[in-house]
Amino acid sequence: MSLLALDDLHLSFGGVAALAGVSLAVEAGAFFAVIGPNGAGKTSIFNCVSGIYAPTRGRIVFAGRDITRLRPHQRAQLGIARTFQNIALFRGMTVLDNVKIGRHVHLKSGVLACGLYYGRAAREERTHRETVEREIVDLLELQDIRHKVVGTLPYGLQKRVELARALALDPVLLLLDEPTAGMNAEETEDMVRFILHVARVKRLTVVMIEHDMGVVMDISDRVAVLDFGRKIAEGTPAEMQRDANVIKAYLGEDVEVA
Amino acid sequence: MRCGDFRVSYASDERIFETRLPPVALAALLALLALVPLVAGTYWLDVLNRIGIAIIGAIGLNILVGFTGQISIGHAAFLSVGAYSTAILEVKAGVPFWLAIPLAAGLTSGFGLLFGVPSLRLKGLYLAIATLAAHFITAYVIIHWERMTNGVLGFNVPPATVFGFPLDSDARIFYLIFALVVPAVFFAKNLFRTKVGRAFIAVRDRDVAAAVIGVSLYRYKLLAFVISSFYAGVAGGLMAHHSRIVFPDAFSLLVAIDYLAMIIIGGMGSILGSIYGAAFMTLLPEVLKLGATSLTGVYPNAFGLIASARDIVFGLAIIFFLMYEPQGLARIWMRFRSFWKLWPYAY
Repeated sequence: MSLLALDDLHLSFGGVAALAGVSLAVEAGAFFAVIGPNGAGKTSIFNCVSGIYAPTRGRIVFAGRDITRLRPHQRAQLGIARTFQNIALFRGMTVLDNVKIGRHVHLKSGVLACGLYYGRAAREERTHRETVEREIVDLLELQDIRHKVVGTLPYGLQKRVELARALALDPVLLLLDEPTAGMNAEETEDMVRFILHVARVKRLTVVMIEHDMGVVMDISDRVAVLDFGRKIAEGTPAEMQRDANVIKAYLGEDVEVA
Repeated sequence: MRCGDFRVSYASDERIFETRLPPVALAALLALLALVPLVAGTYWLDVLNRIGIAIIGAIGLNILVGFTGQISIGHAAFLSVGAYSTAILEVKAGVPFWLAIPLAAGLTSGFGLLFGVPSLRLKGLYLAIATLAAHFITAYVIIHWERMTNGVLGFNVPPATVFGFPLDSDARIFYLIFALVVPAVFFAKNLFRTKVGRAFIAVRDRDVAAAVIGVSLYRYKLLAFVISSFYAGVAGGLMAHHSRIVFPDAFSLLVAIDYLAMIIIGGMGSILGSIYGAAFMTLLPEVLKLGATSLTGVYPNAFGLIASARDIVFGLAIIFFLMYEPQGLARIWMRFRSFWKLWPYAY
């Protein structure tokens, strides 16, 4: 059974149909890429899956459970984490605090215990810090910037911090929205290395939106191509490179010129 | 001299105080503070008491506005609910003060919860207007519910008594106020190094990202209102005991603006900033008054002029801080400290 299944997903804003009946199935452990021209509805799919948008029609099933009506934070509790196309970090916080809050759903202390820093809250914060350091900061090589305020960091590092924050949730499914957008060749290579590494170490299922075809072809097992809110093709990267519909969506058609 | 960062464990990195000196210095400061009533005159004791109350109120407002990003101009309303419920509980129901203040703070929390509900739908300016409505509704109820509040006249509050010992002078109420300021500061400080505080800041910085990470926006926005109004309730209760009278004009819209000014000047999203801001806003009129008194010999009308100058100076101070130091006095203090920390070896 697939881990994530979208069943005939529709989403429209007023008269504009962002998604017009998309069905997808992502197998557990897969590295799934979603590609398509700008405005094809890729990010809308992510927003539906993470609960920011409510689809007008259709169902989203995660791990055998219908999550279409759940609130965003409830989906996070089920293990869905994501990054954003335009970095959505908490700019006023340090890198460490950004990563720490990623583990929010795993912390159980109440308000009183937190304010008194007593008993369970204090213990929990200490073990929490160690977990975060061991499993995230070390893994993504953030040690030297852990106390820096996020807003002051360069773009490439901010993207990595956002990945770190998503990983801190200990997700089952990781949604990456253009993880290498706006990066130079070296930064892209670093980012891809980190993504592949963490996906393997943490046995994640990854769904990625990406415009860098080199990255898509290299690391994904399966690709879905979207255009105008519809899925026009799905298959292995190699199949997609030869697919007539895909070529048409990206490059246009041959027109007989008289 | 401390010249570097020598923390070797995560636990030491999580502490509030970075080195051993600050807690010692703080304890010394508190001990000194405890001696103040023995030497200070009533005038400065009164100023200190008002600073103490303002600190609690300002921390409360900062938790809501500075840390959680939910703009509120309803703080005077929360203070008034705290003050009036403390006073009514004590005068009409005969509840002792040590029970009345927490009860009133609890009531104020409930009140905050109620008026926090619009924050689930509204943001920024719209929320500010909604909290303004809370202010006017509260003011209306206080003036017109005469059986309980005695309308525009207000009523007197008997002094708090501890084991039959009345806290009826500035010196005595001083200990009550600062016995509450210290835990109020530490509770807030702890809150912001744990889960709840981080969630508040996340809601302020990027609410969508916070929700996706697993922070329930409903829960934490309302929680910010509840905690903030609990602080306001305590501050209001102390106000009732400090001035020993409650009346509607003590909680005008200007009070709410004063508190906003405190956290802007002190530093939004900073506990220490709330303390600096509370001290600054309480001391500024006193300093102006002192200046006026010393001028009356030369220029007899100085006092009248200063009264209107107060508002102008406040306005200018707010504009100045918003433009040149948006992170307030807390930020100035941090720069000052980091300069002297390495002095004279800084480069």
